[in-house]
Amino acid sequence: MRFFEFEARKIVELAGIPVTKYGFCTTPEEARAAAEEIGGPVVIKSQVLTGGRMKAGGVKFADTPEEAAEHAEAILRLEINGHMPRGVLVDPKAEVKQEYYAGVVWDGTAKRPLMLFSDMGGIDIEEVARTHPDHVGRGHVSNLFPIPDFEAKQAIATTGVTGSQLNRATPVLARLARLFRENDMTLAEINPLAELTDGSFVALDAHMEMENEAVGRQKKLLRKELRIAEDDDREPYEHSKFEEAVAAIDAADHRGVIQGKDHGFTGNLGLVIGAGGGSLTLTDAVRSQGGKPANYSEIGGNPSVAKACGLAKEVLEKDGVEKIAVMMSIVSNTRVDIVARGVIKACLELGKDPGETIAIFRIPGAWEDEGFKILARYGVEYCDRSVSMWEAAGRAVAKIQGEGAAA
Amino acid sequence: MPQDKVFIDVEVDASIANDATVAAKLEEVCPVDIFKNADGHVEIVDANVDECVLCKLCLEAAPTGTVHVRKLYDGTELS
Repeated sequence: MRFFEFEARKIVELAGIPVTKYGFCTTPEEARAAAEEIGGPVVIKSQVLTGGRMKAGGVKFADTPEEAAEHAEAILRLEINGHMPRGVLVDPKAEVKQEYYAGVVWDGTAKRPLMLFSDMGGIDIEEVARTHPDHVGRGHVSNLFPIPDFEAKQAIATTGVTGSQLNRATPVLARLARLFRENDMTLAEINPLAELTDGSFVALDAHMEMENEAVGRQKKLLRKELRIAEDDDREPYEHSKFEEAVAAIDAADHRGVIQGKDHGFTGNLGLVIGAGGGSLTLTDAVRSQGGKPANYSEIGGNPSVAKACGLAKEVLEKDGVEKIAVMMSIVSNTRVDIVARGVIKACLELGKDPGETIAIFRIPGAWEDEGFKILARYGVEYCDRSVSMWEAAGRAVAKIQGEGAAA
Repeated sequence: MPQDKVFIDVEVDASIANDATVAAKLEEVCPVDIFKNADGHVEIVDANVDECVLCKLCLEAAPTGTVHVRKLYDGTELS
């Protein structure tokens, strides 16, 4: 779950990290009042869940409350990358001595939160890591034990920051790491973390993302502190009929999990994919080999035949879909034969030949021998784990392109 | 059109079809609700037959040889 900047700022503030006096406003009048209260020059920032605000004109500076109101009026009407703003953030134009970066991300390989710090803030940390790797300090923290300040201090010190700057930045990074863990974040970032001319450190901008699965247990933060409505799903677009239909099928049957996305997909190859990162890998593999996915639909958690069938039918009925590729990494908790039954049944119920319609079936794992018998019976091309995901995706692409070329 | 019994077929012998005890047991053990205890009669729920997970619990719940689970895709029967 993504947070708007004004919400991220509040999360940071709740964690005891200093922030500048700011105001979230939804009207020009509120922006004027916020600017008056702050006093002095301010910056007006569009509150959208997308990047490129500055370039799009969503960030403007104002010297007076009247100017702030004018800018707010323009920004509130400004669509950025298809997003209308939730409001504007009115922030003081801070007197900055130096900008830093402080962040915590989830390190999937180490399976621990990773603190990041740089004395080159205000720009993309990825860019800093690439061009000035010695200016990025890192340090893992525990998933269970208390996070001591000295671990943050060590990470910061590796960038060469010393003295009072080191002492002032340390609690900021340590508190950021604690809020990351306590609030089930997948990303907690302060950029820039500013050292003001008086030597104090404040968070000028913050970016937070929470693990979607944790939303249910973070109600205190989400509902009480941030007042985010329960039905605020933060989706930047309206769900398509396909997405709604897949969600309804999923909700109607507790067995297994399916999900369907087709926003931005216009291809001819339907995807029924999944398993431990397999979905992204397989989608990339299809695209990298010239294929055009029609959707991004995951399946897993040992679905019923009916659920697998329902998903495959929805994918097959999408406009432009010529074939489907049923591919996963290696599954242990999803039965290959059950998924095979489901996707074949979908073809049969739509009056399609499974052997012609399913470009490839590559799901190795539990009950695969039984699954392969079913696939063989219906003439579906299948493969086991000796065929890589890349190769399986390539076969599907070749099949659909070959057919297109023949036509 | 929904199609039932594409992959699996399930039958019970006449000898247990009206046995209330067996009907109750079959309804209880099947994890995918293929059997229904219809007032003491064994009823097969056709819409659920293809959900069969080949667990053989029904074979164990009923007297030997009275429940038949056939895999239509390879012509074999569970035993």
